[in-house]
Amino acid sequence: MTADDMPSPASASMRDTPRRRRRTVPVWAWPLGAAAVILVMTLIHSGGQGAGDILAAAVTFSALFVIVGLGQMLVITSGPGNVDLSIPAAISLSGAIAMKVMDGANGMIAVGLLAALAAAMSLGVANYLLIRLLRIPPIIATLSSSLIVQSIAIAYGRGLKIKPPPAFADFCTGRILGVSNLALVAAALTALVLLALSRTLYGRTLLALGQNARAARLAGTPVTRTRLTTSIASATLAGLCGVLLAGFSGGSSLNMGEEYLLASIAVTVIGGTSVAGGRAEPLGIWGAALLLFLIVTMLNTFGLSAGVRLIATGLIIVTVIAIGGGSKRV
Amino acid sequence: MSAVILPAAARRSGRIDPVRLLRALLPALALALMLGVIFSQQPRAMSYVGLTLLLNLSIPVILATLAQLCVITVNDLDLSVGSFVGLCACIAATLLKDTPLLGVVALAAAIAAYALVGALIQWRDLPSIVVTLGLSFIWTGIAVLILPTPGGRAPEYLTAIMKWKPDFVPLPILYAVALALILHWVMRSSFGTMLRGAGGNPKAMGNAGWSLLRARVTLYLMAGGLGALSGLALVGLTTSGDANMALRYTLMSIAGVILGGGEFTGGRVNPIGAVLGAMTLTLAGSFLTFMHIPPDWQIGAQGAILIIVLALRAVLNRAEERS
Amino acid sequence: MSGDATALRLDDVRKSFGAVRALAGVSLAIARGERLGLVGHNGAGKSTLMHVLAGVLRPDTGTIATEGGAVADYGTAVAGRLGVRCVFQELSLCPNLTVAENVRVPHPSLRGWGWRRRAARLILDRLDTIFAGHGIDPGETVADLALGRRQMVEIARAFTVTDTPLRLVILDEPTSSLDATAAEQLLNFLRHANQHGVATVFISHILPEVLAAAERVVVMREGLVVLDRPARELTRRAIVQSMGAEDEHPGAHGAGAGKVRSGRADRATQPPAVLARSGGGTDLVAKKGDIVGLAGLAGHGQSTMLLRVFDAWGRKDPSTVVESPVALVPGDRQSDGVFPLWSISRNISIRSLATLRRGGLIDPARERTLAATWRERIGIRTPDMDNGILSLSGGNQQKALFARALASDAGIILMDDPMRGVDISTKSEVYRFIRAESERGRTFLWYSTEMEELFHCDRVYVFHENRIVAHLPRAEMTEAAILRASYAEAEEVA
Repeated sequence: MTADDMPSPASASMRDTPRRRRRTVPVWAWPLGAAAVILVMTLIHSGGQGAGDILAAAVTFSALFVIVGLGQMLVITSGPGNVDLSIPAAISLSGAIAMKVMDGANGMIAVGLLAALAAAMSLGVANYLLIRLLRIPPIIATLSSSLIVQSIAIAYGRGLKIKPPPAFADFCTGRILGVSNLALVAAALTALVLLALSRTLYGRTLLALGQNARAARLAGTPVTRTRLTTSIASATLAGLCGVLLAGFSGGSSLNMGEEYLLASIAVTVIGGTSVAGGRAEPLGIWGAALLLFLIVTMLNTFGLSAGVRLIATGLIIVTVIAIGGGSKRV
Repeated sequence: MSAVILPAAARRSGRIDPVRLLRALLPALALALMLGVIFSQQPRAMSYVGLTLLLNLSIPVILATLAQLCVITVNDLDLSVGSFVGLCACIAATLLKDTPLLGVVALAAAIAAYALVGALIQWRDLPSIVVTLGLSFIWTGIAVLILPTPGGRAPEYLTAIMKWKPDFVPLPILYAVALALILHWVMRSSFGTMLRGAGGNPKAMGNAGWSLLRARVTLYLMAGGLGALSGLALVGLTTSGDANMALRYTLMSIAGVILGGGEFTGGRVNPIGAVLGAMTLTLAGSFLTFMHIPPDWQIGAQGAILIIVLALRAVLNRAEERS
Repeated sequence: MSGDATALRLDDVRKSFGAVRALAGVSLAIARGERLGLVGHNGAGKSTLMHVLAGVLRPDTGTIATEGGAVADYGTAVAGRLGVRCVFQELSLCPNLTVAENVRVPHPSLRGWGWRRRAARLILDRLDTIFAGHGIDPGETVADLALGRRQMVEIARAFTVTDTPLRLVILDEPTSSLDATAAEQLLNFLRHANQHGVATVFISHILPEVLAAAERVVVMREGLVVLDRPARELTRRAIVQSMGAEDEHPGAHGAGAGKVRSGRADRATQPPAVLARSGGGTDLVAKKGDIVGLAGLAGHGQSTMLLRVFDAWGRKDPSTVVESPVALVPGDRQSDGVFPLWSISRNISIRSLATLRRGGLIDPARERTLAATWRERIGIRTPDMDNGILSLSGGNQQKALFARALASDAGIILMDDPMRGVDISTKSEVYRFIRAESERGRTFLWYSTEMEELFHCDRVYVFHENRIVAHLPRAEMTEAAILRASYAEAEEVA
């Protein structure tokens, strides 16, 4: 990757020097383009075989990352230093609750889903209250709440080997017109978030808050309500991911949320969302999630080991942020 | 000893301010309370062997927490401590055992890489969270390359160091006290004071002619060194390595620093408190066992301790604001 | 000590920030051991001058010299080596370090065994000399000290000496957070500090202090030195006059001056749109359609008052009654105003989103119309309202912020010195606009640090140390009256 491939979110020069807006490639297109390049390289190596399978798998697995990534993106967008560390806990807990409440019965799917989402929402509220009442940074608040919730999930889900209801499992693994249902859900949620960001008072306040919290308050926007909504949204999206993940993989497991913590931050940042806040790129999350998945696939087909794949992932994250620049630290 | 531990913050014009004193002693009280309950449930734990067993695993946690503390001093956060400790443990269990020279070089290179990261963060003004997030993948990746499956063997001398039985004082307590005092002394020295100043008021330090780059690189170097020591200690205890063996340390180290009275911003760190915090978090598991609570709740207990201590601190802060 | 040797000399120093000329050619020689007082009204260039002396700001042109000739590359490092120290208004102590530890920041040579004890002795010695009975423990963390004591430490630290002898100490409003006793102690000390050949520059708005502390007083106005005379030849009145208080004709300034305004008669009987009770002092009252100025020196509670009114809308607060929605026009665009990543259009609509909705969603067409309307009405010069806000000049950015407030449903517009660094033509456009909007029934609370702007107001409250010290209706508004009240000299006039 060269410097030209990279988005430059919130670069210092953009902020300081007035510059005419040019018709340039949108930020979210870069990771998507990179993902396409990686896909082509993989296919060239494999002689063009299995293109459909690779793409289908990539879209399905990316969908889950996109769902959590959207929530993490909202939190990160609300300002520097805001990260939700309780995402894995929300995933594990709601996965376990959904499976237990559904108890393999098709008739209980809706109830189970609601119960799981309600639990995740309460986690969001709890996170917000911790931040407000204890006056602690969001990272610490979500860290401590996640430890507790993780334990609840473990205690609640111990020995739980309940299979998802057949209809739910079918839905999670099924496809409509060749596109996996999970991807459709993720796409619908992406559209919803995009709409909320550009066309609702909540979205505009969130973006304003992230750019300049003081100015947002002085502009008379509902800052407090927006922070609360963001906290709930992140937890709920993680909860939804947990339920779908449990349905997809034939039941919940205790640490199924673990890999989603770092991944949710990674897809958000690689997707072009500014860590300094105020710039959200929901479409970039798709590109980033596909990119990360396809790199792993490519290195797999090249016969490279897990270690190399991890290093490649890490190098991409560091490179993107080093070139994109921070200009504001977390 | 108590004169050293009592932070200057608790004194006000020569008098002892009760609220500040309480706040300063909070980490120590939490640990004492926990040990008290354990001893009351199981008096045999209050012995040389009992304490060694209880606190053995806290040594690598303490070292990782102190590494995190160095990074937090300059208002950064390190999400890669856990994987770095895992990497160093893997190096120790393979290279250091088989080809000692190469092992030492590898460890030195890993520590130097940390310092470089500090320089990069300062130079490009990058968000440390994202950079260290990326690094965590890289460290684990290298560790997996070095040691693809759990295994390897710790060099004998590491095992010996970690299994050493000194007279009278249980080993973990000896190490904990030594580490707390060393870091406390470093951070209070003329040199460490300027490092903390760089976190407290970077602009004023820069205006007075101090190099912020040097401060950040120094602290990252210290963090790398402590992280490497943590890996060595861990592998000395467990005798074999695994790339993922210390991933939990990342969040635990952050929690430990905060529990010990540190703050994310403003260069407010407290090495002695952090050591106590790390010990408290390690003890949480045993505590539950002695309370006959299933071990499922171990990490939950860590979270609860964190929230309770932070809530108490918030109450004390408010009491102080009112007075 | 003879006053012949020069501590520091400035020759024709100029410094501009964008279009604003902060220093328009200042020449100033400070002799060894001399006590110089520096005064001037808001924006006169004192602060810039001090930052240049301290080496924090580099002048655009001009030279800085010592007795040894011009100093090349004068920056903080050189200033430190020459023995120039500064007590800034924004504290330069590290709050997380103890008092003694902070002493090491300007003294790298404090190290080795017992450095902490030596540092403590150093600062304690200066504290005892300057502020006898200060009660500060050098082992105490700075964050735990009250503001006044932090200021004492800051001042005392500037006078500590290790290896470099002191040449010049600059004190910017050093008494602003000191109590009366401590301030008196400092003035006493300054009178004697020159015995060791240390020159001091004392910047203050409290004129009796300046006259007491300084041998020579320099008055600045619009980036120039307008008065430079020994203190004993000066009176407070002479100083205030030199700052621009010659004009004694009430209401002679301003575009709207003299015009009889419609609806003035019935306004007296209306209930107030804004009422901020002060508990003992003068209450702030504004009626519908009023343009009320908040005057006084910068940082004397005007912005705090605006924030108080801003927060009071929608709350039941008996001490601050606000009868209509409020909108604020910030003056510090960077920190309080613009959203740098957004277009001009979005920057304007943020305050009015609730009214732009259709079916729960913001209607892009309505948003465009709103932007187009205000581009027209307030004259924002841009080819496209979808361009980034930072593509605009400072003045046009400010117009966008005005549009944000005026486009809203707010009946009360709070203006927090919004014309800082705005060009003349933009200003006059905005003044006309404010007048027109007030005739439509909007109330304006207008904090301004620019004297002539206040003459666009119907009446003016003058603030001093967070209190309203004078209420000047149009007929009594003169530059002199405002200046005197700003410097709490009202009694002298009366």
